[in-house]
Amino acid sequence: MTYNDKVVRQFVVMTVIWGIVGMLVGVIIAAQLWLPVLNFDLPWLTYSRLRPLHTNAVIFAFGGSALIGTSFYVVQRTCHVRLFAGGLASFVFWGWQLVILAAAISLPMGWTQGKEYAELEWPIDILITVVWVAYAVVFFGTIIKRRVSHIYVANWFYAAFIITIALLHIVNNLSLPVTMTKSYEVYTGAVDAMVQWWYGHNAVGFFLTAGFLAMMYYFVPKQAEGPVYSYRLSIVHFWALIAIYMWAGPHHLHYTALPDWVQSLGMVFSLILLAPSWGGMINGVMTLSGHWHKLRTDPVLKFMIVALSFYGMSTFEGPMMSIKTVNALSHYTDWTIGHVHSGALGWVAMMTIGSMYSLTPRLMGKKVMYSVKAVDAHFWIATIGIVLYIASMWIAGVMQGLMWRAFNDDGTLTYTFIETIAATKPYYVIRLLGGTLFLAGMFIMAWNTFKTLGAGKAPEFKAAEPAIWGEHA
Amino acid sequence: MIEFLDSNLIRGVVLILMIVAFLGIWGWAWSRNRKETFHQASMLPLEEDDGQVPQNDSTKERTKE
Repeated sequence: MTYNDKVVRQFVVMTVIWGIVGMLVGVIIAAQLWLPVLNFDLPWLTYSRLRPLHTNAVIFAFGGSALIGTSFYVVQRTCHVRLFAGGLASFVFWGWQLVILAAAISLPMGWTQGKEYAELEWPIDILITVVWVAYAVVFFGTIIKRRVSHIYVANWFYAAFIITIALLHIVNNLSLPVTMTKSYEVYTGAVDAMVQWWYGHNAVGFFLTAGFLAMMYYFVPKQAEGPVYSYRLSIVHFWALIAIYMWAGPHHLHYTALPDWVQSLGMVFSLILLAPSWGGMINGVMTLSGHWHKLRTDPVLKFMIVALSFYGMSTFEGPMMSIKTVNALSHYTDWTIGHVHSGALGWVAMMTIGSMYSLTPRLMGKKVMYSVKAVDAHFWIATIGIVLYIASMWIAGVMQGLMWRAFNDDGTLTYTFIETIAATKPYYVIRLLGGTLFLAGMFIMAWNTFKTLGAGKAPEFKAAEPAIWGEHA
Repeated sequence: MIEFLDSNLIRGVVLILMIVAFLGIWGWAWSRNRKETFHQASMLPLEEDDGQVPQNDSTKERTKE
């Protein structure tokens, strides 16, 4: 029996390609916020259409390919068994690429449900559902036929991610189709808003957090060459995280028509969420204890430790921003954008890149990438890019919030809205620079990935022997 | 009896059940007889493709538990 690594390699390559595409669109819209003329008066290139293209591409195309690809690798290696239903696994790959292609066409055309992170219209939603069910069958089928007595913690996180995304996707996209490109949501008013942000925040919690924590629990110990700091903490971490995340969504709807008690509930659960988030972060960071000296020579570990640091920072910032009085200042400002990118670039992308740099050479039977120096250069360019991005958006956001709430003695507003936009402009330039640097790093990664994977024919790996222990022995 | 079972009581009972479940998971994870199983599990990502864990200082010693 050999492992099915072909589908893993395909997802690895597409992770890098979709990362470049998604981040390029991000750089374009960042430039448009600075110079609106850059939409060239073409409807397909307007900010309103490219912004959902950016978010869908980086979350579902880049992040999704990384998650599905690594899950197929991790579940095989930790279960000592070949992937269940190889044909179906190929279908998951090609189906997911088809979803991305459909998004790349439909979003610039302006076909949208108008729900953030759930813009794709109903025919694509149905395709996503079919592909996702196939993904679940492949993943859980592999778990079922495993030849190891224990299900490793990373697989628990992948499993929670797969099940929850299925639930969120179906509930939030229930709609009545009118034509092939237009549908109406079944929910109305405040209920629609609540369902949307129950979906939205759990997409953060289960797509962008649980899935990447799975990567963390496999690739950080792998790269550090030592076991996770505390396996039993990882179990408490898992159950606490998935139980609490479900309730945090209302913090996206503070001071809206949503009932007050729901807002307070969302705020309290967001605050409690700090505990499991930091439990997991500490577990990841402490895995490096005894291995810190490897940071001097291994840039892949640097990606991982910076990812964990940003995870700690943004999971502290998030609960703070969910406090209603803080939210009164931060909401609708660029502070939110800074927070999101501290999570998306700092945590999600850095952990993905680190995991890819760990995984890619192993697919070729090697330990390191074609060029370790290029990995190091990528690390510094990306880190500087993130810092510029986040710092500029923090300053811009707090400034906007303060300007919007400034009153004159006679009760009139001190600033017009356009004055706050003019004041933000310099920060948009710095953000554009930061984003461009991050994108530049992805090109280095693409070159290094193709050099590493193109260095010969990929070997076939024999599946490891069954490993039975404990009460199963 | 029916009035006694109002929604606030149900909320309180559910809250207590959730706390008990959480403490139960905690107790189970920290119980002595899980130690060896968890140690074995924590070695899974360190295996090479042949299923063997390369020997070094940190794979020899136990996970900090």
